[in-house]
Amino acid sequence: MRNSLFRNPRPWLMLFTGVLFAFFLVACGDDTPKQYGPHTILNTAGPVAESERFLFYIILFIATVIFVLVEGILIVSIVRFRRKPGDGEPYQNHGNLRIEVLWTVIPALILFIVLGVTINGLFQVSTVPPGKSINVTAIGHQWWWEFYYPDYNITTADSLHAPVGTVVNVRLYSNNVIHSFWIPALTGKTDDIPGHNNTKWFKADRTGVFYGECAEFCGAQHAHMAFNAVIDNQDDFSTWVTTQQQAAVVPDQGSLAASGAKLFVGICATCHGIVGKGTGYMSGYQDPTVACNDPNVACKVGPNLTHFANRNLIAGGVLVHDHDQCTNPDNLTNCQLAQWLANPQGIKPGNDMVLGATLKPDQIKELVAYLESLK
Amino acid sequence: MATQTIIESPSVAVRRKSFSETYIGEWITSTDHKQLGIMYLVTGFFFFLVGGMEALLIRTQLAVPNGHVLTPQEYNQVFTMHGTTMIFLFVIPVLAGFGNYVVPLMIGARDMAFPRMNAFGYWVLFFGGIFLQSSFLFNSAPNGGWFMYAPLSEPIANCGGLHAYTCTNGMNSDFWLLGTLLLGISSIAGSVNFVVTILKLRAPGMSINRMPLFTWMVLVQAFLLLFALPSLTAASVLLLLDRHAGTHFYVAQAGGDPLLWQHLFWSFGHPEVYILILPAFGIISEVLPVFSRKPIFGYTFIAWSGVAIGFLSFTVWAHHMFAVGLPPIAQAFFATSTTLIAIPTAVKIFNWIGTIWGGKIVFKAPMYFALGFIAMFLIGGLNGAALAVVPFDYQMTDSYFVVAHIHYVLFGGTALGIFSGIYYWFPKMTGKYLREGLAQWHFWLMLIGINLTFFPMHLLGLLGMPRRYYTYAGTVGWNELNLLATVGAFILAISVIIFMYNIIVSLKNGQKSGSDPWDAFTLEWDTTSPPKKYNFLEIPVVRSRRPFYDKKNPEIADWKTVTH
Repeated sequence: MRNSLFRNPRPWLMLFTGVLFAFFLVACGDDTPKQYGPHTILNTAGPVAESERFLFYIILFIATVIFVLVEGILIVSIVRFRRKPGDGEPYQNHGNLRIEVLWTVIPALILFIVLGVTINGLFQVSTVPPGKSINVTAIGHQWWWEFYYPDYNITTADSLHAPVGTVVNVRLYSNNVIHSFWIPALTGKTDDIPGHNNTKWFKADRTGVFYGECAEFCGAQHAHMAFNAVIDNQDDFSTWVTTQQQAAVVPDQGSLAASGAKLFVGICATCHGIVGKGTGYMSGYQDPTVACNDPNVACKVGPNLTHFANRNLIAGGVLVHDHDQCTNPDNLTNCQLAQWLANPQGIKPGNDMVLGATLKPDQIKELVAYLESLK
Repeated sequence: MATQTIIESPSVAVRRKSFSETYIGEWITSTDHKQLGIMYLVTGFFFFLVGGMEALLIRTQLAVPNGHVLTPQEYNQVFTMHGTTMIFLFVIPVLAGFGNYVVPLMIGARDMAFPRMNAFGYWVLFFGGIFLQSSFLFNSAPNGGWFMYAPLSEPIANCGGLHAYTCTNGMNSDFWLLGTLLLGISSIAGSVNFVVTILKLRAPGMSINRMPLFTWMVLVQAFLLLFALPSLTAASVLLLLDRHAGTHFYVAQAGGDPLLWQHLFWSFGHPEVYILILPAFGIISEVLPVFSRKPIFGYTFIAWSGVAIGFLSFTVWAHHMFAVGLPPIAQAFFATSTTLIAIPTAVKIFNWIGTIWGGKIVFKAPMYFALGFIAMFLIGGLNGAALAVVPFDYQMTDSYFVVAHIHYVLFGGTALGIFSGIYYWFPKMTGKYLREGLAQWHFWLMLIGINLTFFPMHLLGLLGMPRRYYTYAGTVGWNELNLLATVGAFILAISVIIFMYNIIVSLKNGQKSGSDPWDAFTLEWDTTSPPKKYNFLEIPVVRSRRPFYDKKNPEIADWKTVTH
């Protein structure tokens, strides 16, 4: 038996190939949304992604029909026209102009129908609809996203906040390499190219937290340049804006957080800005697209941390920030912020957070206490 | 010793063999198109193994979430070199190898038009390839992707960076730029030679519209290379100037434009895609008729659709750039040209099926691979057409969906075509068959491997996995599909090992094939296997598209029954 399998593997391998394809078809047909995972383009939450998904379904349908037809004809002709013992030479057919014109024209017609739908969809997703809107500048860094709201003069990192049902006009800015802005559930990609200031828009139809990621290869940590789109209702969004506009909370004298604040000014403030009063603090938010091109302004390399405690991602999404895990200074085992402070280069090799000396456990406790107080 | 000295006394001295007469020396100094063809094939296949190792490293790293096989810096070098190696050092040399070996024989010539330039082209490729791969020894393999986008490929100072880790340190990009310049020189030399050989050295009676389709496709490919490569050369030279001479062609902060690189690169890069597939189309168009025992169905349509693809391939480059923020009207233009180029491609597939239809199919290794080519290339065409749907492309560009697409085209298409060609012409090159049983294992494992590796990548794209991520979290639903793809990659590796074993045992004691093992139609079979240095004792006279068929079937010769 083993010998015959070796000599003539064809039937077995054909069977296996068939099973494989059947499996893939089942995998494609399985339409249970919750199994898609959080990054899928198929669970859409806004009109742009919806148009894009609609076009996918159209082309998927057409491609599937063509696939089945052509592969079907191929298989039929393979089976039907195999040479049998005693067969002579077949009829020497050199071609048939009528048939060839036909199978040039038919695919051309199908393709032009697809093209019509494509161009229609193209103009649809590039036209900004009327209605209320907000403006956000998305700044691509190596490797994290910064979001500046020119209308409110606030800066935040890793999470783009926007109200539901509102057009979000995004201006894409980079002063380093090319990045690409992608929120699969809300909108396809637009590149963030130095000197180009591309714009794009999207709108969310429901509240929720949607994953975003960088989609243009941008160096060593391209894989860790994620962000969140946090879509709130209008009131929650307004509250968030008001909170962000406040200066940082000053910790109580003598608290753990107060020692952390001192450490912060000594160790972290070179790269991380916090809006507040006193030495080492920033007097207000800066527009990074302006400040970082002005040689007279001390532009910060790292994200602004004024309201860090409200964020849910750390360092371009390489870790998750869970406030509840970080409130007990004696048990920071599950506090990913503490892990990050202990070993930023181990967790995200090549990133800009290079510490002069590894932080001691006590220092980490104090810094965590301070950062968690920055509501 | 003493006795020997006496025997070798000057009076009976034998002239020492000159270097070019030794076995090695004969190959190294050769200007024979057949030897150079084999050298191209062997070199290309060596780099296929190198690129395959790099692919296995990638798939091992991504097999499970949070993989630690490679550091991010190493991963970026490995995936850059995987693409660069497979495109510039595997596909192009192997196709050049087939062209070199087969085209002069097919058109009834004694050699290429410029034999020494032919050798020059090979050796530039050889050293260019070694130069590129040697970058690993300096731990500076190119790491900016095979597309080398500026400003990531610029030095730190030109990249507007405020801090370290921006852009590319070291010589990584220089290795790529200089290496591909060398390979470009090799390709230009090869292409000029193909154009002149095909246009000037055809046997009497072989008019352009009687040329074998493989020769047609090599001719179109040679023209594509000649017109596409200058764009890459210009782009590379500008980047080298940026890197070393203080210019700022691609530096936005100094008034340059990063998009200039993309336009120049893809003006080369998209014709390049057809450069990589057209000769494979040609191989399929030779194999299918012979093993269906029929002439090709619609010769004219296949030949001219190849020419149409050649022209149109220069008008579609920005479909790689739908996300860069071009005006919608420009995007509509490139969507239209991409739609147009799909038409001649579809025509070819139908004509191939038309060739099989009504035939008496002989199932031998070359035919398996040719049929596998049609089945897989169709998928690569359909998912490619899907990517031309611009708004869908916004979602899928730079995701694993695109990785699936290029691999169905380049592995399912080009590589299967190449293997078909190897099984088809190996008896001509060596006088021996490759073993059929091993070929079957090779084919079926490869077919399974291709689909297991690359089909899940469509789904990964739809699940939002971007390309060129060195790792991923375990919580986002990409685990199973990635593991599946890795399993598939190792099945592909096994199939390639079987192929290599087959080559070795068949070279050693393969079954003798004779000069015309497949009862074929074209001139390369109308001479000994392997052919003598001069190819043909007498230059054949051609009266139709199937000269050797005519010779074997004088009663029903094509020139008696059809007019072309």
